[in-house]
Amino acid sequence: EMPATARKTGKRSVSKAKKVVRKVLVRTKIGKKAPHNESATVGRSASYKRSGKWAVKAKNMGKFPVVKAPVKKPEPTPKAPRFYAAEDTPKPFTRRNVAKPAKLRESITPGTVLILLAGRFRGKRVVFLKQTSSGLLVVTGPYKINGVPIRRVNQAFVIATTTKVDIAGVDVAKFDDKYFAKAAVKKTKNADGFFVSEEKKEELSPARKADQKAVDSKVLAAVKKQEFLKPYLNSRFSLTKGQAPHAMAF
Amino acid sequence: GLSWGTISCKMVVKGKKSDGEPVKAWKSQPCRLYVKGAIMGFKRGLRNQYEKTSLIKIDGLQDKKDVDFYLGKRVVYIYKAVREVKGTKFRTIWGRVTRAHGSNGTVRAQFARNLPAKAMGGRCRVMLYPSRV
Repeated sequence: EMPATARKTGKRSVSKAKKVVRKVLVRTKIGKKAPHNESATVGRSASYKRSGKWAVKAKNMGKFPVVKAPVKKPEPTPKAPRFYAAEDTPKPFTRRNVAKPAKLRESITPGTVLILLAGRFRGKRVVFLKQTSSGLLVVTGPYKINGVPIRRVNQAFVIATTTKVDIAGVDVAKFDDKYFAKAAVKKTKNADGFFVSEEKKEELSPARKADQKAVDSKVLAAVKKQEFLKPYLNSRFSLTKGQAPHAMAF
Repeated sequence: GLSWGTISCKMVVKGKKSDGEPVKAWKSQPCRLYVKGAIMGFKRGLRNQYEKTSLIKIDGLQDKKDVDFYLGKRVVYIYKAVREVKGTKFRTIWGRVTRAHGSNGTVRAQFARNLPAKAMGGRCRVMLYPSRV
């Protein structure tokens, strides 16, 4: 309990800070009122009006709208797994990079004669048809001229020449990566099949042959219009002594 | 394949044997799709050499300004061994042209595995792919 002396002399027991405040108030002649600050907080009713809650209420017929909490579905209790791995298997990192298809070089347009640089048909000159959605190039010999069927080729393994063939009328819409996808080989679950090596020679489907004919007939017609283009496509490209590719115009 | 710049096209009859049987042989067409290169050695100062990078002198390349065509092109060093591996006695070490070396057309290349010392002065092939033309 406070001593009697302290209670009697109320003003003297005031803290120093309060004394300073009282002095300031007296000096500024406002008295016990706080100095009016425009940007200070307003009264409760004014702040309520300011917040606009009354408008929300008015819109919702006098009450605040109540949003019901979403009903949580009870989670199915997980079954205990039948097998626990003895050691922690490392999780591979999730790959977020998706490689974009290669941009077609400006020198390659439909009908350009390309030189294949690698693969079974290296050195052959072929006609470019279109680029697939994965970035590979669809080319054709034509088959009758140099034995190259309708085939996909990577842009990096190709030199584009300035020779062009007019393939405006050729329908190449059906040639996409799906068309060239290999048929899934069924795995026989035979015990005998394990030891016996099945050597099936893949016969070319008549559909593919028909497609080849359809495209080549039009390409051949365009090739025949240009002088020497047929024997040109028939020949292979080769470097000879004294030739430097960096100095060549293709 | 790995033949020296030729490709076998078709079988032709070359002549006749003494018993009248025709002698057939593969007719080959020239098809060199690589530029010949000489392996000069390794990147080095006078007293230290750094085998990670090899120096290649490409046939016909005599200026630094022409090197741009060959940057990134794949290079292969081919050598023979006694034991057959994967069906052939030829073995390869692949690499790529990385940059020019000096101002006279020599080029630096880095191989998947460093070239053996015996390759110095030897032949390598600078392929025309990956092509940017």
